[in-house]
Amino acid sequence: MADSLHVQLGMTDDEFEAVVAELGREPTHLELAMYSVMWSEHCSYKSSKPHLKRFPTDAPWVMVGPGEGAGVIDVGRDLAVAIRIESHNHPSAVEPYQGAATGVGGIIRDVFSMGARPIALMDPLRFGNLDDPRTRYIFEGVVSGISGYGNAVGVPTVGGEVVFDDCYRDNPLVNVFCLGLLNHDELQLAVAGAPGNLAVLLGSGTGRDGIGGASVLASAGFAEGSLDKRPSVQVGDPFEEKRLIEACLELYRRKLVVGVQDLGAAGLSCAASETAAKGGAGMDVDVARIVRREPKMTPVELLTSESQERMLAIVTPEQLDDVLEVAARWEVRASVVGLVTDTERFRVYDGRFDALGIPGKNPARPHGDNAEVLSSDSAPIADVPIGSLGDGPVYYRPLAVPDDLAERQADDPRGVLATKFADGVDLSAELLTLLATPTIADKTWVSRQYDHQLFLNTVVGPGSDAAVLRLKGTTKALAISTDGKARFCALDPRVGGALVVLEAARNVACAGAVPKALVNCLNFGNPEHPEIMWQFSEVVDGMSEACAALDLPVVGGNVSFYNESRGANIDPTPTVGVVGLIDDLKVIPPAAALRDGDAVLVLGATAPELGGSEWASVLHGLHAGVPPIADLEAAGRLLPFVAELANSGAVAGIHDVSDGGLAVAIAEMAIAGDVGVVIDLAGVPISEACSQAEILFSETSNRVVCSVSQLDVEVLLAAAVAAEIPAAVVGIAGGAEVSFGACANVGLVEATDVWRYAIERSLRR
Amino acid sequence: MTTRVGVIQFPGTNCELDVIHAMTQLGADASILWHGDPTVNGVDTVIVPGGFAHGDYLRTGAIARFSPVMQAVADFAASGGPVVGICNGFQILCEAGLLPGALQKNAGLKFLCEPAEIRVETSRSVLTNGAQVGQVLRVPINHFEGNYICDASTLAELQAEDRVVFRYVRNPNGALDDIAGVCNAARNVVGLMPHPERASDRLLGSQDGNVLLGSVLSACAKVS
Amino acid sequence: MTGMPSYEAHIDISHLPGVADPAGSTVERALPALGYDNVSGLKIARSIKLVLECASEAEAKRQVTEMCERILANPVIENYAVSVTELARP
Repeated sequence: MADSLHVQLGMTDDEFEAVVAELGREPTHLELAMYSVMWSEHCSYKSSKPHLKRFPTDAPWVMVGPGEGAGVIDVGRDLAVAIRIESHNHPSAVEPYQGAATGVGGIIRDVFSMGARPIALMDPLRFGNLDDPRTRYIFEGVVSGISGYGNAVGVPTVGGEVVFDDCYRDNPLVNVFCLGLLNHDELQLAVAGAPGNLAVLLGSGTGRDGIGGASVLASAGFAEGSLDKRPSVQVGDPFEEKRLIEACLELYRRKLVVGVQDLGAAGLSCAASETAAKGGAGMDVDVARIVRREPKMTPVELLTSESQERMLAIVTPEQLDDVLEVAARWEVRASVVGLVTDTERFRVYDGRFDALGIPGKNPARPHGDNAEVLSSDSAPIADVPIGSLGDGPVYYRPLAVPDDLAERQADDPRGVLATKFADGVDLSAELLTLLATPTIADKTWVSRQYDHQLFLNTVVGPGSDAAVLRLKGTTKALAISTDGKARFCALDPRVGGALVVLEAARNVACAGAVPKALVNCLNFGNPEHPEIMWQFSEVVDGMSEACAALDLPVVGGNVSFYNESRGANIDPTPTVGVVGLIDDLKVIPPAAALRDGDAVLVLGATAPELGGSEWASVLHGLHAGVPPIADLEAAGRLLPFVAELANSGAVAGIHDVSDGGLAVAIAEMAIAGDVGVVIDLAGVPISEACSQAEILFSETSNRVVCSVSQLDVEVLLAAAVAAEIPAAVVGIAGGAEVSFGACANVGLVEATDVWRYAIERSLRR
Repeated sequence: MTTRVGVIQFPGTNCELDVIHAMTQLGADASILWHGDPTVNGVDTVIVPGGFAHGDYLRTGAIARFSPVMQAVADFAASGGPVVGICNGFQILCEAGLLPGALQKNAGLKFLCEPAEIRVETSRSVLTNGAQVGQVLRVPINHFEGNYICDASTLAELQAEDRVVFRYVRNPNGALDDIAGVCNAARNVVGLMPHPERASDRLLGSQDGNVLLGSVLSACAKVS
Repeated sequence: MTGMPSYEAHIDISHLPGVADPAGSTVERALPALGYDNVSGLKIARSIKLVLECASEAEAKRQVTEMCERILANPVIENYAVSVTELARP
């Protein structure tokens, strides 16, 4: 017997029964289709909702927290910043170029739906190993897609990160972050206002692309035969989106809309019902008014299509003519598809609006579409309580600590590595190999494909700890960093979650900024596995603890479950975007570079923490142990100190210590400064005894390297002592070698060459 | 009197606000000229800025050249008015026949956004009258189709008439004869691939573009 | 609808001889790695298809050629070839 309709649509029997109970009758096909997409994991957050409540979300500067299109924070001078991050993992696995392109398009719409002009994108990306030809294809496709869409739509991509790890081979992660800027009085919310208001669909025609996308692509495992899913992949049109941005911003400027919402997952069903539900109103939709791109589309297709580049604006009847005029000037299609009612019901009709005298008329059908519209007095083809669509089930899924966790945590890679790399062993080759590791190596091959300068805000672009954008007309600037470290989360999700927050905050501090807000994208495996739900819950707790300690509100987020392929789940991969504020930007912040003749200063103490490190895991295949300690109090002391240092001009160069440890951080600064360096490891502050290799490659948190004029060293060290931050001079910049004394010594030219061209070489294989 | 700068906005243009900002910083009165209006509104100079006019669909600049404003730009140029096309603007001016040649995909087949060094080859143009011949400027490029090409006789003419305005110090895109910018025979219409407005502030890492944008304003003073 | 016959036009737009085709050369260079070491002269062209109503095939061809000259092709770097066939009436 064939599966019943609700099963085909991805609903459980219990969920179907809940729909029947809600309606007091069997749902129509259209109603069932709408519930199935609205109640999918992707739209309803049914597995994650109970956990997400634990994030701290409040601060005096938060204007809009989680739940709207984007989070909004006040940055002073009547300016506000809207931020949002989202995943587009599954579409990118199926079709890398379009998957990434439409991810960029979607996140931009989220941000301009808040009234903000999108001014920056950042993309945390995860791929498999570049040795694998399919990974190379996905990597190049995703980067081209971001470049092709982001550049043409006119939003600069100012940074991001690219990480390569085998666990992403069949399930790449494409997370996209967008930041927008607005004046306080330009803030828009998705509200419907009074009955009689009209819902105007703006932008692309509606086609069959992405039908069932939300439920099919992002809410179930990723099995063999994924090519079959290709028909539901959406195609992006950056030119349409660019016109849509300009038209919407003009509508906001002229105060011509009551509310606005982008069409994303679940298409018109979601946008129209959510908008009305928020205000306790109702909404009637007439599918005959929808501009169609393909002949003979059914109401189910029209209501659930995920065609890109569409927005829904709620306008008063008096505003309509002006709205249509603005749309026409920007060559944006516009049609009145909905009417706000006081019924608290979401009703769908086919061909009723003409008879009711709702402004506008049915648009021409595509060539070959001669289907009749239903008669005007017909009963609705869907009629449901409007709140019920967005009020899906909530699952308190079981949690379980993985069986092998204790054993893996006990297996500290330190032992094996200490035997192999005792003090006195030459570690030069280890350092060069780390520098050539694609995750650590130079990403210019990627970032130069992105326009990262548009709008003349980019004071610091890709390749630094954080991007820095000036806010023209003020002395202020924003620093933005996106980060993630799945290997730490795999070993201890709670600590790993906290470490991710600390790293992003530290990156922002290295640009001289005070961290102000965080958004997160939580990429996990199959939530029906209790071990995965445990990872999720732990990561939420770890992030929450770190955010609370740093007074860093979580203003938005996105959850991507079912990142599994052929039975293997990805490592838990929360990524974050942190925005910091610089109040008075006078000069370009110090680069992550050394200056010839400067003292090299290390802030923060090193411990022998190799669990999850690049050195232990990637170079030596040791995926065990525990991650570094997430010392929140130490972070609380270090971050403001570092921000002040970077902002005051006291240092010439500054760099966060992360992947590859102190050795890689210092080598990167030498390469960027085009100057050698001589380091004496005996001078490095340690919190417990370390071997030379451990000092070089440990990934202890809360550490920063600075390049300081020798004249300023004493003052700086005294300030560090006063702030209770371990600090010491460890060497001098100069010469043609990156030297850590007897234990590692590489030529600057060679170090530069392996670091700079590693990715290009991997691609040419 | 303040120089009035008109910056053309097509659907898909994205550098118009940047050019206006940079020109305003230099003291000009800069504003937008809408592509659908058949006039340049009496401005002293016209800038066709970068972006993706009409999505760059079909070919870069191919659709934009038919916008109503372009006839007005052609008339303005014919009367000696200074016209500068930056990046996509250069591509549009070539398509419109106001400048010779065409711009093809970069030889490396990738979009390139990076700093470039360009050498000023002539100071006899509205964009370089304030620069020195041989002067090297650091101005970013940001394009997929910046690979300049023209036929042999056109190249010979450009060279003989000193109409190659800029050459790349290191050719990033395969452009013929390292050409980064050219001008018309009357020297009042200039197109270039690099973005001078992106090198207009010390916080952006270079102010070299101001030499060029300032030249346009001086050229206006001479015309009027 | 004009009542005039419909014609389908195929337009192939390719690089003028001597104009570099970097995309074509790149694909050509990739083929030997897949075992096709006997390929040369690979060119990538654009193809446009459209339907127009016209009094005659000759007129249809004249109009499409004019479109090529004015907008569809760039004569500085591109060649075009036009073919027109009459569509059967529905």
